[in-house]
Formats: sequence, structure tokens, C-alpha cells
Amino acid sequence: MSGLSFAIPGGIGAVLAGLMFVLLRGDRRSVVDTIVHVALAAVTAVFLGYLASRAIDNPGGFLEILVGGLLSGVLYSLVALGFVLIFKASGVFNYAQGAMVLVAGLALVRSLDYLTGLGVANIVAIPLAILFSGAVMALCAFVIEKWVLRPLLNQDGLTLFMSTIGATFVLEGLAQMVFGSGVYPLRLFPTDAWILGEGMFPGGILVNKLDVWGGLIAAILVVALAAFFQYTKTGRALRAVADDHAAAQSVGIPISWIWFIVWLVAGIVALVAATVWGTKLGVQFSIVFLALKALPVLIIGGFTSVPGAIVGGLIVGAGEKLAEIYLGELIGGGIEYWFAYVLALAVLLVRPQGLYGEKIIERI
Amino acid sequence: MKKLVAASVVIGASLASVAPALAQGGEQFIPVLSYRTGAYAVNGVPFANGGVDYLALLNDRDGGINGVKIGFEECETGYATDKGVECYERLKGKGATGASYVSPLSTGITFALTEKAPGDKIPLLTLGYGRSESRNGAVFPWNFIAMGSYWTGASVAVQHVAKEFGGLDKLKGKKITLVYHDSPYGKEPIPALEALAAKHGFVFKGVPVTHPGVEQKSQWLSIRQDRPDYVLLWGWGVMNGTAIKEAAAVAFPRDKIIGIWWSGAEPDVLPAGDGAKGYKALMLQHGPGQFGVHAEIKKHLIDKGKSLAKDDFGQVLYNRGLINSFIGTEAIRTAMKKYGNKPMTGEQVRWGFENLDITEARIKEAGFEGMMKPLKLSCSDHQGADVARVQQWDGKEWKVISDYYTADRDVLDKLVAEQSAKYAVEKKITPRDCSKPD
Amino acid sequence: MLYRETGQFKTTYSADMAMLPLRQDRIALGALLVFAFVGIPLLAHFAVWPFGNEYLLRAILLPFLILSLAAIGVNILIGYCGQISLGSGAFMAIGAYMAYKFGTGMPEIGLPALPVLPSILLGGVCSAIVGVLFGIPSLRIKGLYLAVATLAAQFFFDWLFLRVKWFTNYAPSGSVSAPELNVFGWVVDEPIERYLFCLAFVVFFAFVAKNLVRGAIGRQWMAIRDMDIAAELMGIRPFFAKLSAFAVSSFMVGVAGALWAFVYLGAWEPLAFSIDRSLQLLFMVIIGGLGSILGSFLGAGFILMVPIFLNVVPSELGVPLSTETISHLEFIIFGSLICFLLIKEPHGFARLVSLAKEKLRLWPFPY
Repeated sequence: MSGLSFAIPGGIGAVLAGLMFVLLRGDRRSVVDTIVHVALAAVTAVFLGYLASRAIDNPGGFLEILVGGLLSGVLYSLVALGFVLIFKASGVFNYAQGAMVLVAGLALVRSLDYLTGLGVANIVAIPLAILFSGAVMALCAFVIEKWVLRPLLNQDGLTLFMSTIGATFVLEGLAQMVFGSGVYPLRLFPTDAWILGEGMFPGGILVNKLDVWGGLIAAILVVALAAFFQYTKTGRALRAVADDHAAAQSVGIPISWIWFIVWLVAGIVALVAATVWGTKLGVQFSIVFLALKALPVLIIGGFTSVPGAIVGGLIVGAGEKLAEIYLGELIGGGIEYWFAYVLALAVLLVRPQGLYGEKIIERI
Repeated sequence: MKKLVAASVVIGASLASVAPALAQGGEQFIPVLSYRTGAYAVNGVPFANGGVDYLALLNDRDGGINGVKIGFEECETGYATDKGVECYERLKGKGATGASYVSPLSTGITFALTEKAPGDKIPLLTLGYGRSESRNGAVFPWNFIAMGSYWTGASVAVQHVAKEFGGLDKLKGKKITLVYHDSPYGKEPIPALEALAAKHGFVFKGVPVTHPGVEQKSQWLSIRQDRPDYVLLWGWGVMNGTAIKEAAAVAFPRDKIIGIWWSGAEPDVLPAGDGAKGYKALMLQHGPGQFGVHAEIKKHLIDKGKSLAKDDFGQVLYNRGLINSFIGTEAIRTAMKKYGNKPMTGEQVRWGFENLDITEARIKEAGFEGMMKPLKLSCSDHQGADVARVQQWDGKEWKVISDYYTADRDVLDKLVAEQSAKYAVEKKITPRDCSKPD
Repeated sequence: MLYRETGQFKTTYSADMAMLPLRQDRIALGALLVFAFVGIPLLAHFAVWPFGNEYLLRAILLPFLILSLAAIGVNILIGYCGQISLGSGAFMAIGAYMAYKFGTGMPEIGLPALPVLPSILLGGVCSAIVGVLFGIPSLRIKGLYLAVATLAAQFFFDWLFLRVKWFTNYAPSGSVSAPELNVFGWVVDEPIERYLFCLAFVVFFAFVAKNLVRGAIGRQWMAIRDMDIAAELMGIRPFFAKLSAFAVSSFMVGVAGALWAFVYLGAWEPLAFSIDRSLQLLFMVIIGGLGSILGSFLGAGFILMVPIFLNVVPSELGVPLSTETISHLEFIIFGSLICFLLIKEPHGFARLVSLAKEKLRLWPFPY
């Protein structure tokens, strides 16, 4: 790359980063904060400038990675959404969300295999399998609510978090014991790719169909959730509980029932995530590691915001893919795991509640 | 208080249970380190089934090895080093004479046990994995990397690539990319590939994939943009299937990918469906299929419901488990020829390994004909074989597509000498003199 | 009857503030230490059951001691200072790799290979320095947010030790093996020697930790934990209190990491210090009891013994379970136990012990 192609985008990056710094600056300003913010802005500027210079060098390739990253970020959002629902309604940081995706996926794929094995046509088998795995998720929600969360009412966040880790182990063990521990391929969506704009860029831009399906499903899910929260009685009760447990209880909202509903909805979200991720990877134990990929998404988007989960996913997906390919060339590959977390750490330092989170009015 | 009492009873009971079991009598004990859960279970299960089935067959059919019954016990390592060490410590003292040999089935555990085995006098059988430089038995008396190392694999893979391009001289300027599991396992072939790149003039690039390997989108996007002429795949567990799927997703031609023999089994290609068609992998001499020994296992174990094997019966990794146990028990047999038909100690089995000579006749007799070539180990050569073939997945089954290639010993022997000398200096080991018989 | 303070009068303030104010406690601790330092080696030497078994020493007591030390470190941070960390595994890794670098020498900066003891301690120091760096965000964020931020450390160091070859002395496979454990000419090799080596470390640092948390700095940590704003108003500097907790905690975790690598594993790779290790340590301190040194030991023992117990007992009893079922069962039982303990006793085993002591004091008259 030439010096100029670095300097111009670098300048643009610096302006952007400065803008971000002004927009995102916290309400407290100590010297340390300012130093940290300026340093972050500077690093961001250099990074963006570097990306921009690479984009100028090879616009097609850059666009391809960007689109691929954004779309794969949406797939993380699918997992993150389940976290957000539960955290919003019960203040529980549900580590078991990844395990729930595994349970849902295994229930789905195994029942589907069983039904097609009996000779049932796909058109009948798929809805039946989905119903079955929905029922499994309802059972999970019921058991977790009754035997783990209800006895732990009023404990602090850390204890609840730990108890969901305990639930994770139980779910992982049970699911593999009941449904098996192999890799079970699931083929609900196409997994090949489109090549777009072949005339414009050499080689064209590759867009994976599965990722697009994932994006579509995420969009439908967000709309459905918004409608559920806005227009149904249960949904409104849910929001009331999220705002204030005690007040909600005093106007006659049954908390246990609402929590069951929340865990059920999170279970259904897990099922949706499982259809996409199961198609992508095959349903298998490693799906539980998705929980770790969803955490930075949550931090960036905010723990309590549904749109935040989507935006956070987009940022993490694009950021880590661009970093892995362009930064990885310079410092060695394999950086995407920590890059997402470092991104989250940077956001935390500037805006602790995340981009869309409710403002935490507390000084520490 | 009751809880405390209960807790102490529990702890006491577990202490009691780890005490040496005296009742096991005159058994030849073989520990089986396996993993049937976790991210690597898909590959771990068939291998463990094969390994256990062969031992059970010997017991069931022949009453053990030369009349000495085999005791064996599985221990779940989950592919984690610390659990593997715990399993090793738990099982090494069992049986009449302690563990006869250990197969760690993980390069990480192999590294840890390499430090412990000499003190405990237990040989390590690392069939086609582990420290490549441990071929040099003068420095590594207790490691037996029988049949092939990753350096062998790297060399054979490069030869196959060269053959497709029309000769080793055509490699000049070609780009070969290695997609590897970011662990000692995946990094092992790198020195060999770098040496080969220097010799043949191809451009080598390594692309790491973070454990467990479920996210490879960026790796394959960068491969798509980089357009290498060939990709070598060093994956394990879920990473293999994901790699093939992502390769299909970015439309990288699958017939331009060669996997190591740990990336060439059925669980690696089946999840990718049609996307895996054309994918190639090395064979550790054997492929899938049922041979003489399978008929025996079917008769003695499967038909009696004594085997855990299901679909994996006759698959690549199941067969490798069989061969692993075959080589191990042959070493015990060899040792018995010298020391008599009683349970062998680790030291005696080590002698058995070092004087192991599995002939064509013996392979045929044991029902392994078609699965392996004769294997002869010695003090200076703990590997004993340099050959491998290439197989290709046609969407339904593996097809052998090449003859045996022989690894480039000129390059590899130098590496073995270098690296083992470095180890000897680091550990203050004086290499044995292999010209003298022990 | 035996366990009560009747007749023990405290005549000075220092006696009142003593670490173990009760004579019975002092005797019990003394007896335990004598047993650990003298009794177990003797029993092992004469191969008295079950101590003659190498497995007990090498695969149970050794990891128990080392992980107890790590748990003490984590407990200082989480239990005493209230700063949640999910990156303890990374700090163990820093201790291990830096101890390895000091132990094998750094010719680039002209540093020769150091003996084992200073190497391990310097590994801890490096870990402490990095701990302070990653503790800086704690000045602004807390709770689960901080927990996730510490995961950044976890993943970053996992990657660093894989990718930067300098840390592994350019070993082609990236796996390194510990140098010989030679302490002033004493080669620590036999299981019993390894046990004593670790025991010395653990006992020393447990006493240091116990006295730190009883002292001024420990009270600052606890004030921050209980209510940071009130603590700040009382004149406690959060900056100093939080970062010192990070430093002390990371130091102990780092030393434990070095011991884990040098004494227990022998050869290792970053995967030995993965996120699983961090979660395991977190479990130990929570099950054992937050804010309790004794709890760290109890938690480490429990977390370590449960899987081994579940693995060993069915096979010894001859229950025909496949390995697969056992390890699935292990997951289920382990998870349910954690939930059960959290529900029944959220303050961990340490609380059970103190309840038991309380009951003993009154026994046999329950008033």
C-alpha cells in the first residue's frame, strides 16, 4: 500500500474516532478517563485507517469480508437474544443459553431423524419435530424455574449466574445421554453461496445463503418478539416484571408463571438458533461454545436491549472477521476470539452500559 | 454436622476405592485413554471402540495373550492434558505388573507423559501422532511413534500435490496453505513443511484455527482471497467437518484439499454431505472396510452383544483403534518370547516394542491383511514405516486414489536428529548407543 | 465439651486479635500441619495404606494443593475484594510461561537460566503486573460486566502463548516442558518430594493470605466489597485497594500456575490453562465459601474429588457402566450438586464448618 492510501483513510478514521469519542464520552471526566478515551480513539483511528487502506487496495475482497462478517454476526445475535430476554425479565445472567441451543438442536435433529426413519414425509416430519423440541424446551424451562431459580429467589446475581452454570452441566450431560453425543447433520437451509457483482470485482463477492437465511430469521424473530412484548397481555406483564418485580407482584402478576414464560421464550429462541447453527455445523456438543461468542455481543449491545443484541452482533461479527484477516496478517492468525472481547472491553471503558443498555446511574 | 459426617464418609470411601486392587491377579493390564464426550468425541468414540474390541477379542477367543488374560480399563480424558495425566496416574499401577503401555491419543497428553514415562518405566505407543522427533529411540527410549509421524504425513502430502501438478519440480512458486488446529498437534507438521518449502521452492503459509474449531469463516474467506494452489488440513474433532463445510461455502475446490490421517474419517465428511465430495485425506496405511479380524470380532463380540460399536464398525478410526491394540499386544507377545508367558512389566514391553517385527505372515494370521504393511521397530528407529497413501471421498465412501508414497527421509531425518538433539540437551539426556544390544 | 473457650482469658489486645483465638483451634492446626509435613511422608515411606499409593500423592494431593493455592488467590479477589474474575486461568498461564522463561534463561537480554525457586516467584510477579493492568477496568465497571472484561484477558493470553514463539523458546510444536526441579541441590523428583515442595508453598502463602486479609489492607478490600461508595467516603482509595487485590491475587494464582506446570503436568500447552480452568477455580471459591481461606481448601478438595469419585467408585464396585455414561452422569451429578449446594448453602462449605464449630461449642447443652 502506498503512503497516501494510508494517510487519507487514516485521517478519515481519526475524524470518525474523534466523533465517536465526543458522542460516547461518559458523564464523568477524570484525567485517567480522558487519557483512556483518547488512547482508545487513537487506536480506533489507526485501525480504521488501516482497514480503509486495505479496502482501497482491494474493494471487492474487503466488501466480501465485511458482508460475511456482518451476517455471521447476526448468527451470534440469535444466541445473544436468548440471554437478553432472560436477563431483562429476571436479572439472571443465563450461562445455560448455549446448552439450551444444544438441547433444542439435539431434540430437533434426533426426532427428525426418527420420523424420517419411519418414512414420514419431510413436510409432516419437520413441524412434528419442531413441536417435539418445543415441548422439550418447555420442560427445561419448567424444571429450571421450579428447581433452580425459585429456591434461589432474592439471591445475588453471582449466585444465580453460578446456578445457571450448574444447570449447564446438567443439560449437557442429560442431552448427550438421551440423544447421543455424535455429530448429527441438519439440513433445513441451503448452505451454498451466491457470487455477486462478478462484473465489478475480480472473483465477485461471495455471500453465503445460510447467513442470509440467518439474517432473515433474526429479523423475523426480533419483530415477533417486539410484537409479543407490545401487544400481548403476557408480554406486557413480562415488561412489568422486568421493570420492578415487587411492584409487578403487588398488582397481581404471577412471577413464577412469568419466569416460566421467559425461559420458555428463551428456549424457543434457542430452538431457532439451533436450526441455523445446526445447519451450519451439524448438531453436536461444540454448539455450547457459542455462549462464549455471544458474551461480547451482549456487552457491546447492552444486556437488556433486543436491538442491542442485533447491533452488537453486527459489530462483533464485522470487527472480528476484518481483524482476523487484515490484522491477523500482521500479528499472526487466530485473534478473533480475543478481539471480540477486547472490543467489548473498549466499549465498557467508554460506555459501561453498552450501546443500547439502560444507563447505570452509579459511580464507582 | 450430619453433612460433615456424610462428607467425610464420602471422602473416605473414595480414598478406599483408589487403593490398589489386589484381586486382579495375573492380568496383563492395558489402560485405555479415551474420550467419548466433548468436542472431540466424534473421533474419539470409534477409535476407543476399535481399541477395546480387539483386546476383548483376544480375551474372548484366545484367553488373552499366550494365555495371560488382558485386563483393560477405559478412562475419559476429554482430550484435556490434566485429565489425561490424572487418568495415567490412576491406571499406571493396576494389574499384576502395572500398565504395559499407554496410548495417550492426544498430542498434548503425549508431551506431558513423555516427561513421566521414563520415571515410571511405561512405554508410550503413539500411533501416527505425538512428537515427530521421538522416532529417535536413542533419545526417546520410551516413545514409540509407530507407523508414521506428522512429518511423514507432511512429506507424503506434498509428494501427492507434486504428482498432481506433474512432478516435484513443478512445485516451484506454488502456494500451499496449511489450515491447522492451533495446538501442538496442529503445529507439529510446520517445521517439516517449512523445510520442504525451502527444498522444493513452494510458498508455505499456515492458517491457525482456534480450539475447538467451530468458527472458521474468516480462515476460509482469507483462503478464498489468497487462492492457494493446495490446502493441507490438520484438524481433529469438529474442526474437520467445519473446515470442509466452510470450504464448500466459499467454493474452494474440495479436491484441492488433503487432510492428515486424523482428518480423513467418516465423521469428518458425513456432516458436510455433498459438500465433501472430492475431499482427499492421507491414510495411515489402512482405510475403512472389513477384513479378517472384523469377521472374528463380529462372531465373538458383536453377535453376542459385547461390543459398543455400531455404525462405526469398519470405519477408518475404528480400524485404527484395532491396529493400535494389535501393535501394542504384538509388542507384549514379542516380550513374552524372551521373558516367558507371564504378565510383562513396562520395561519388558519396551524391549518388546524395540524388537517388534510384525511380518506379512503374522499380519495375515491376525486378520489384518489389507490394513497394514509389515512393521519393524528398532532401537534407532521407533517409527518403522514411512509410507502412506491418499484416499478420496466420493460422496458415499472413501476410495484409494494413489499408490504408497515414501516420505522424504533426506529432509525428515535431519529434522529428527536436530530436534531430538535439542531435547537431549534440554533434558540432559545422554543418547543411548544403539549399536550395542541391551 | 472439649471445644470451648472457658478458662482461656485474653489479657492483651494482641491475644484478642490472634489468628486463632481458641487454644483448641491452634492445637488442631498444629496437628494438621505436623501430619501434613511429617505424618504423610512417613506413612508414604512405610507404604501404609492408603498413602503408599503413588496415585494418592501424585494425582490427588498434588493437584489439590496447587489448586488450593490458586483458589486462595481467586478468593482474595472475588471473596474479599468483590471483584469477579473469569480470567484466572490466564494468570496461571502467565505464571507458568514466565517461570519457564526465567527457568530456561533469556539470552536476548543477557539473563541466564535462574534456579527453580526464583523462577516460580518471578513468574508470580509477572502475573501480578499483568493482573494490575487488567484490574484497571475494575475502577469503572463491576459485577458481571467486569467478569466478562476479564474474559478478554483469558482469551488474549491463550492466544499470546500459542502465537508468540519467544514464550515457548521456539519449540516447533509450541509445547514446553519444565526444567529440572532443583532447589539448592535437592532434586524434586519423587512424588513425596513433589508433594512436600508444593505443601511448603501452599502453607506459606496460605499464612500470608490469612494475615493479609486480617490486616489493614484486607479490611480495605472487604470495605470495598461490602459497599464501595461508603468505603470511598471513609477514606479508602478504591484505586489502591482494588489494584492491590488484583496484584496479590494474580501473584498467588501465577505461582500456582507455575507449580501446576512445573510440578504436576511437567509439559504443557496453553489449553491446560483454558477458560475451563478459570470456571473451575470460580466454582472452588464459591462452593468452598467466598471470603474464607479455609473455604478455598474445602472447595478445591470438593471440586477435584467429585469427578474422580464418580469415575472410580462405579468401576470399583463393579457396576457395569460404559465410560460414556459415566462421563455424562458426571456432568449431571456435578451440575446438580452445584445447584443443590447453592440453594442449600449459598455461603459454601466454610459456613458449614463455622456452623459446626458453633454447635460444638454449645454441645451437649444446646443453649
